[in-house]
Formats: sequence, C-alpha cells, structure tokens
Amino acid sequence: MTPRPLLRPSCSALSALMILLLLFGLTLIDAAWRSRTVDQTARRSLVRELGLSDLALFTEARYTRHPTQADRHTPFQDHPAALEHFPTGSLLPLPLLR
Amino acid sequence: MHTVLERQKYLIDYTLAALLRRKTRNFGLLLVYTLLVFLFSSVLLLSQGLRREAALLLQDAPEVIVQKLVAGRHDLLPADWLEPLRRIRGVSRVEGRLWGYYYDPAIKANYTLMVAPERELAADQVLIGAALARVRQLDIGDYLSLRTTQGQPLLFRIAGVLDSASELLSADLMLLSEAGYRQLFNLPPEVYTDAVLSVRNPREARTVAGKITVALPDSRPILREEILRTYDAVFHWREGMIFITLGSLLLAFMILAWDKAAGLSAEEKREIGILKAIGWETSDILRMKLWEGALLSLTAFLAGYTLAYWQVFYGGARLFAPVLKGWAVLYPEFQLTPAVDLLQILALLAVTVLPYLAATLIPGWRAAISDPDAVMRG
Repeated sequence: MTPRPLLRPSCSALSALMILLLLFGLTLIDAAWRSRTVDQTARRSLVRELGLSDLALFTEARYTRHPTQADRHTPFQDHPAALEHFPTGSLLPLPLLR
Repeated sequence: MHTVLERQKYLIDYTLAALLRRKTRNFGLLLVYTLLVFLFSSVLLLSQGLRREAALLLQDAPEVIVQKLVAGRHDLLPADWLEPLRRIRGVSRVEGRLWGYYYDPAIKANYTLMVAPERELAADQVLIGAALARVRQLDIGDYLSLRTTQGQPLLFRIAGVLDSASELLSADLMLLSEAGYRQLFNLPPEVYTDAVLSVRNPREARTVAGKITVALPDSRPILREEILRTYDAVFHWREGMIFITLGSLLLAFMILAWDKAAGLSAEEKREIGILKAIGWETSDILRMKLWEGALLSLTAFLAGYTLAYWQVFYGGARLFAPVLKGWAVLYPEFQLTPAVDLLQILALLAVTVLPYLAATLIPGWRAAISDPDAVMRG
C-alpha cells in the first residue's frame, strides 16, 4: 500500500482558495478603511480657492482638459470639416452645451 | 459531518488529478480566465474610483460659472458684466476669473495658467503643478521663460511647487499674478476669462442660471451639478467604451471555455463512463464537475480581482495610463481612494463565474445520465 502524501492535493487547493478569499476580503476592508481615513481637506480647499471645475487627467487638448467648460466647436476647431483627432476624444463624450 | 467533508475532499483530489492530467490546457485556461477578470475588474475599479474622486473633489467647484459665448464659442467676458450679475437676486458674490492655456513647444505640452489672487504672488512669480515641475525639471528658485503674445520672452521665477498629493487637480497648473497673466497674454484690464458666482441658497442655482440667460442672452451659465454630472457621464462612457472593446475578449474567452467545457473529449466521456461503471452515482459526477468549475473559476475570479485592486489603488493604475494619457505630455501621478461597489462585484462574479460553471456542469450531466456502456464506446 502506497503511503498517503502528507498534504493532500485537496488541502493545498482549498488552502490556496482560502488565501485568495482572505486577500479578497482584505481588499474590501482596505477600501472601507481608506475611504474613511483619507484626508481630502487640502485638495478640496484648492478646488475652493481656485474655483477649479475639472480634473487634470487629460491634458492633451483644452476640451479634454476642461470638458465641463468646453463648447461643442472645440473638438472640431481646426477647419470647417475637421475631424476630432485627439486620442482622448474617442473615450470622452462631446461637451454638452445647455 | 466528517464523512461528508472527507467525501468532498476525495472528490476534489480526484478532480485535481483529472485537471492535472491535462495541465497545459487547464493552466492556459486559468491564465486567460484570470487575465479576463483582471481587465474587467481594473476598468470597473478605475472608473468607479475616478468617478468617486471627481464627485468628492468637485463638490467644492463654483456654484455657477458664467461664460460669454460668441457664435457658440467661448469668448472673453467684459468686466462690465460683473455688475449686472451682482444685481441678480440670490447672487451673493461675483468674481471675474482669469485663466487660459499656454502651449510650451519645448516639451510640446499645454499648461493651464490661472490667476490666484489669494496667493499674493509678485508679477514675476509662479507656482507650478508637480507634474509640470517633474517634466520641465524645475524647482523652487528656478526661472521659466514663456513667450508673450508679442513674441517677447517673459521670465518667471518658480516661487513654489504645488503639493503632489493634489496632482489629479493641479498636474499642469501654473498659478500666477493678475499682472503677470495680463502681461503674458497682452489682455486689457476690462476683460476676464469667465465669472464665478456664489448663490445664497444653492437650491436656487438653476433659477439664478435662468435669470442670467435672460439678463445676458449671450452668456452660458454652467452649474456645479452639471460639472458633477459631466464627470459622472465621462467615466460611465469611458467604462462602457472599454467594456465594448473588452467584449470581444470576453466572447473569445467564452468560445474557448465553451469548447473546453462543453465539448467533452472522447477521453473525458470514457472517463465518466468508467466512473459510472465502477459505481459512481450521477450526483457524484455532478459534484466532481461542480468542483472542477468552481475551483477554476473562483481561483481566476479571486486572483484577477485582487490583482486588479492592487494595480488600480496601489500601482497608480499604470496599466491604463497610456489610454488615459493619450497624447498628453503632462500626466498626473495619483493614488485613488478605493471605491468598491458590492453590487458591481456580484455582477462581475455572475458574468464571469456562472457561465463557466454552467458550461462545465451541463455536458458533464449529459454524459453522466447516459448509459455507461454507450458512453465508453463513444
């Protein structure tokens, strides 16, 4: 009779799954913890002081830098039949004009 | 209880042995599956994080911004507009703002120039964003030369670098004095870029906006709620666009998974037939198949999601930087505050795990209810 291995494959697999489950649980705890403890005061006061209206995430063109402030013409500004050509434009909806 | 657990363990042992017999195929599948979950989770977490960050930070944006439009385009706002705006009932404060863009051919980047009266800067002093300082390799005390609209160089001394924690807002910002701004762009004193209004009762902002368009028909008031809505829409759109792109990957994976799981090979069918012939119940085979699907899909889901979480919230979402960056030279280094929506995680779990479980169970069940003799003969 062959001796039974010390660690059965099922034990290893279930342990690996448990570790992954634990890490998953940690992401939830981390999200809850960090969203409560992160201090946004400095950044919010910068927004208040300068009256900022947009995130500096897409700085390649002015209508992507300030999508809330741009008008509908800006993406097609180069010439009357111009196509909007900045890469961000394909991922960003056109600015809305009230 | 102990017997039930032992029974399940034996089933898992058997399932793992069966999976390891075709280890190249199954490891390949696990890798692709994990990658798929990782990509979907990354997009989901990143757009959710950005949406939350925008909503949190921009809740302090101006209540109303008034622009002047000429032929549908943003134009400079005359200073004599400020008084009629102040007279509108419900408006508590009106200020003209000066801001604009400067294209720096040296690094082929656009800066956002903004007058910051509260910083009390001298005419030749500027404060710059951390990304700008990094790319131009500037530090406090250094000089930066900008070209005025008349073509003359104008020297500015770096009086400070904005806190890198605020890069998501200030990466490309250059704060300067009103005198410096007007000198650079040769602007007359009686114009502003736009005006910001404070409203006594924020709930009346829309009514105030209506009054502004009546008093100044060529104006465009932008409300804070519209700014917040724009950002919500931007990231929903972005998320949707990337999901459509990833959709083809999902389809390819589904075909692969279906082919792997649904099309049981003759060898696998014979295996089920033998198991039935030696006394396994249909329910045992179903349990074994359930373990096979669950072990593979749960491992892929948990590993993919955890990696995505780490990449987005601790790795600065570098994987998506090229997509977000586009052709931009100045790109903020930021760390998002995690935002996790349990409902979205459950939806992701349902979309990625359940179809695979079904694709594993159904063909296994069909083979298990067939006559062992017929199954073994193929």
